[in-house]
Amino acid sequence: MRFSQIFSSTIGKKLILGITGLMWATFIVIHLLENLLLLNPDPDPFNKWAHTLISLGPIIYVAELVLVLSLLFHIFYAVRVTWENNRARSISYVKTAGKGGVSKRGLATSSMIYTGILLFIFIVLHLLHFKYGSYYEYEVGGVVIRDLYRTVHEYFSDPLNVTYYIVMMSLLGLHLSHGVWSAFQSLGLNGPRFTPLMTKIGTGIAVFVAIGFIGIPLFVLLTGGAA
Amino acid sequence: MEKTINLKLKIWRQSAPDAKGELVSYDVKDVSTEMSFLEMLDVLNEDLTKKGEEPVEFDSDCREGICGTCGIVINGIPHGQEKATTVCQLHMRHFKDGETVLLEPWRAKAFPVIKDLVVDRSAFDRIISAGGYISTKTGSAPDANIIAVPKPDAELAMDMAACIGCGACVAACPNASASLFVGAKISQLSLLPQGRIEAATRVQNMVAQMDAELFGACTNIQECEAVCPKEISISAIARMRREYVKAAFK
Repeated sequence: MRFSQIFSSTIGKKLILGITGLMWATFIVIHLLENLLLLNPDPDPFNKWAHTLISLGPIIYVAELVLVLSLLFHIFYAVRVTWENNRARSISYVKTAGKGGVSKRGLATSSMIYTGILLFIFIVLHLLHFKYGSYYEYEVGGVVIRDLYRTVHEYFSDPLNVTYYIVMMSLLGLHLSHGVWSAFQSLGLNGPRFTPLMTKIGTGIAVFVAIGFIGIPLFVLLTGGAA
Repeated sequence: MEKTINLKLKIWRQSAPDAKGELVSYDVKDVSTEMSFLEMLDVLNEDLTKKGEEPVEFDSDCREGICGTCGIVINGIPHGQEKATTVCQLHMRHFKDGETVLLEPWRAKAFPVIKDLVVDRSAFDRIISAGGYISTKTGSAPDANIIAVPKPDAELAMDMAACIGCGACVAACPNASASLFVGAKISQLSLLPQGRIEAATRVQNMVAQMDAELFGACTNIQECEAVCPKEISISAIARMRREYVKAAFK
């Protein structure tokens, strides 16, 4: 068998979903940690960090390209796997019920494709709102840098935008609550101690990310938005 | 203590593979709670036969929970609600008097309905055939323990070999994936030295056959493990994936 052939199998497609999913989960956690700087009443540390990142030049372009490509692969294979899985049960049951016990059947597992599609739309809009959103500049220590802090604070001074983020970030938490541990299982990484630990870590990451990304807009709104 | 109960059954009736099926209601009276589910169906069928109606077709063989022949989706759950139980070992004491019970066949593209509650599971046989053989000395009886097997591996291989191939994993999986079945079959051999020789080609051929039969992909929901009458763990699926990736580098 040629190596490339593994990616056309059911196992190979899930390998790609697992790897690209973990790449995004890692990015999301880092992204949250960076954005905690938005809680600082002083805009400078956040803006300086954002400036440092965009000043990296080629490195940041490569990172962005990797993220975009991994997202596109993730979506392509998710849609394909979902389509093939629906085809695998062409006639559905009159009634289905979960047996409970060890089963993880529930809202998170059955909504992966839907939360995924909504999150993809969210990512596009998120870039339009911030990266390509209203542009302000100011001078810090003799250097003119972008005031992204102001863009974010302005956006989250609107309760409607904050509500939208609360909904979308809850969906992200739901997606990650199944996605993180599932990615390890898809990569064949399973063990009697490892898997229960990864399930807990996966849930932990989902809760941390959801609370963090809901907390930032709420904090900005409640503390008065753009200063 | 023995009691009797009355049940209303709603059973999927389908006269032939291409015929249109439908749910048909039957009243079964004075069912002993000591009966198994299949014995209860036997009583219904005797009744139907006496009335000159077509009996309900269902699969069964050993009725001891070890052959993997029987299988009915009862109220939406393959083999019913009881843990680690095949439908032949499911007893009527778990049902309430006057209860309505829904009976459906396994549903999967790869398991077409033959008649009523009977499905064609020969896709499983073709996956097993694709797995091939193991290379071993035949002829005179080998010395006992001539091939050393670590005790934990032997135990785990035995757990995996407990699979009876009933297909409940496929029936329960929202994706109609056969991963637990194939994972168990691959695991039972890959854990033992005798199975290592052809391990790479075996996993490749069995996975290729599984995909060719149009079973779905596993999305790690673990419903299969919950319904498995032999409680086979989804660690089998992870092992199949590891073996598959390993084989790709050979």
